[in-house]
Amino acid sequence: DCSAYLKLCNKNGHYKYILQRILSSSVSSHWPCPKRKYSYKNKECCLEEEVEFTQLAADYKAVNLGQGFPDFSPPSFVQEAFCKALNGGFSMHQYTRAFGHPNLVKILAKFFSRIVGREIDPMEDILVSVGAYQALFCTFQALIDEGDEVIIVEPFFDCYQPMVMMAGGTAVYVPLKPVCCGPVLSSADWVLSPEELASKFSPRTKAIVINTPNNPLGKVYQREELQMIADLCIKHDVICISDEVYEWLTYDGTKHVKIASLPGMWERTVTIGSAGKTFSATGWKVGWAMGSGHILKHLKTVHQNSVYHCATAAQEAVAVGFQREYDVFGTEESYFHQLPIHLHEKRLRLADCLKSVGLKPILPQGGYFMIADISNLNVDLTDPSTKDEPYDYRFVKWLIKEKGLATIPVSAFYSPEHRNEFQKYIRFCFVKEDTTLQAAEDILRQWSDSK
Amino acid sequence: MDSWRTVKVLQREKICNMYRIVFLNDKMASIKHKNAKRIEGLDKNVWVAFTSVAADPSIVNLGQGYPDIPPPSYVKEGLAQAAMVDRLNQYTRGFGHPTLVKALSKVYGKVYDRQLDPFKEILITVGGYGSLFSTMQALVEEGDEVIIIEPFFDCYVPMVKMAGGKPVLIPLRLVGYSADWVLDQKELASKFNSKTKAIIINTPNNPIGKIFSRSELQAIADLCIKHDTLCFSDEVYEWLVYKGHEHVKIATLPGMWDRTITIGSAGKTFSVTGWKLGWSIGPDHLIKHLQTVMQNSLYTCPTPLQEAVGQGLLREFELMGKPDCYFTSLALELEGKRDRMAAMLRQTGMTPVVPEGGYFMIVDVTALNQDLSHMGDDEPYDYKFVKWMIKEKVFCFQFEKYIRLCFIKQESTLDAAEAILKSWNKG
Repeated sequence: DCSAYLKLCNKNGHYKYILQRILSSSVSSHWPCPKRKYSYKNKECCLEEEVEFTQLAADYKAVNLGQGFPDFSPPSFVQEAFCKALNGGFSMHQYTRAFGHPNLVKILAKFFSRIVGREIDPMEDILVSVGAYQALFCTFQALIDEGDEVIIVEPFFDCYQPMVMMAGGTAVYVPLKPVCCGPVLSSADWVLSPEELASKFSPRTKAIVINTPNNPLGKVYQREELQMIADLCIKHDVICISDEVYEWLTYDGTKHVKIASLPGMWERTVTIGSAGKTFSATGWKVGWAMGSGHILKHLKTVHQNSVYHCATAAQEAVAVGFQREYDVFGTEESYFHQLPIHLHEKRLRLADCLKSVGLKPILPQGGYFMIADISNLNVDLTDPSTKDEPYDYRFVKWLIKEKGLATIPVSAFYSPEHRNEFQKYIRFCFVKEDTTLQAAEDILRQWSDSK
Repeated sequence: MDSWRTVKVLQREKICNMYRIVFLNDKMASIKHKNAKRIEGLDKNVWVAFTSVAADPSIVNLGQGYPDIPPPSYVKEGLAQAAMVDRLNQYTRGFGHPTLVKALSKVYGKVYDRQLDPFKEILITVGGYGSLFSTMQALVEEGDEVIIIEPFFDCYVPMVKMAGGKPVLIPLRLVGYSADWVLDQKELASKFNSKTKAIIINTPNNPIGKIFSRSELQAIADLCIKHDTLCFSDEVYEWLVYKGHEHVKIATLPGMWDRTITIGSAGKTFSVTGWKLGWSIGPDHLIKHLQTVMQNSLYTCPTPLQEAVGQGLLREFELMGKPDCYFTSLALELEGKRDRMAAMLRQTGMTPVVPEGGYFMIVDVTALNQDLSHMGDDEPYDYKFVKWMIKEKVFCFQFEKYIRLCFIKQESTLDAAEAILKSWNKG
């Protein structure tokens, strides 16, 4: 197949670059031309990487700490709720309300009204989606136009960039960076430079995307940091897209703060949540977008013209789960209290093991993941098949093949502009059964003993 | 008018020399909070408008196309079992859970009489609706024309528009004594030109229930091949085919496999519309673009539901062609309901169009000569008729002088409808 860049001048005198790829299809040369948004697909997309490395991990029978989902079951009360739902009459198997099953939106509104500190309207201010992923999709499709700029904080969950592109927007990146002095041992030490952030806002900026707790770093933005972002959003009249799927997973007493609860922010924030991450049931694909009705209505338009409904029984089960959590909120019985405690220890254990082999973990304040600095390790990465790849990619492949341990390279979470500066970290997921983590520890201990 | 507290003038860009006015009111109504252009005008939706009315339990709902009969028990049990397996509560393969895509390749391999690659030629989506969306987003571009046959399932037009395409409509028309709804061949040919990217067909058709015959599909295929266009074939009701009719897949006609995306639905197949699972089947050089859309919009569909549908399909595969097969038994059950509904309507003086497939029936209401002048005079007759029917406690949908009724309903629902219709006769 051949590719060509065409430079076109549109009627406003602005140049538009279109990449056209003509497929070598035996049927025709005039179609199908995929839209430019898909032609220019960032080949080093993390999910693709996850798929590629998953295959490699399977081939080498590696212990898999790469994939970002639990290998344990959801809590029993939520599994029981699902079983009850699917035995609960014909309506559980037929279409429900398009913008969200009534039981679910009502309990989400009730639950989050208490947290955000305002009355959230279940019918106007909430859209239920097929996972947080689809909520993000609806948000970008609804609000981003050709030429709009969207600020993305790096490292970022990889789908933000292609989604911005698909909506015709331009991604503008601003990196979190480790503070230059002192030991860098926690995700709290990775910060935004206020001057650098402010410089990224322009008259074309439509939105900024933040993710807290962050994937892959695990950073939980403090109130002051969010206030700084909020001030800029208000000053430049920008929408804030706040991906908070890991909101219940914070450690060491760190508090998750919702930027939508800051003054002046409810009207301009879309907050994204996930039942999959909340209840360790990622395969249910139930998520939501929450925000002021005047913005949410546009997300609803995208939703009603793309998937229209989400699965009924899963929504009912999530609603029951949230009702239970509402009733026991703040008590020891709450899953939102128990899960982070459970994961807190796993996180520390893994960090200790990583240190023992000379890796330098960045202890996350929240989320599912931990990144570790690999620069101190001198391993032989002369595998010819990985010669031209970034250092962390080569290291990850070496780790799978030579040690049987699977992880994800962190440079995949960076923009092409900044990728080269962040090639010395790899990402581990610690939301795994003890047996999995034990197997990983055994590998690391053997490695350490052999040094 | 709401309180305008302050008017603030902003100079937007020096080059464009445009001025934006930002009005500050209680909700900070900002220019920037406006919708993106791609969804302009797509916010209205007839279902959203009427479903709140239909939610009234005293109203007999024959409007929306979903069953009030239960799904087969083994399908529900399959889901309960899947939900008990830890791994099946976590993410699965993005383009489709392996159990499901392999089952589909088996079932449809038999139907198409060809080897289907489960990983490259099948994509699992959020319902037939999601399949349509992936198809349009993947393959329709700014300026493309897409031919749509009227009457059509309402989402086709907004989806084409959202993808930047231009809908080109052509109606099915009633001809002859047999009251067949057909396309005028000259008219159809005239709709194709160099800008035509695709034609959308829906067979069995919603709302009419027409099943396109082999020769009708061949005529469409000939035009697709002549003009080198794609065909998007919405076949969600493919198993609901009544005696004397045959569902033909346009993708099986010569020269059509390479240019056709065929859409199917677990919801319609197993009477589980609330599971929202569907699939697109086609050649890998087209499916790969739908997969790209999937990867950038949803990433993956729910796992336990896919597992259950996969298991259900494997069971049906063994029974295909036998009376026990749900695809056969459901069609038989619905044929009875179809005939019952047609009889009910005739007794009221209305003329039903007896469908060849699907679970809708359209009815010509002109004979009723219903006086709707008391319903207000600024709306089309059919909108007023639907509202009148709702007041009379029966909910349905409408176009022109027809209303559409859904008959995949349990006997007690049909009994209730019959009682209401009989009362009109007396009135």
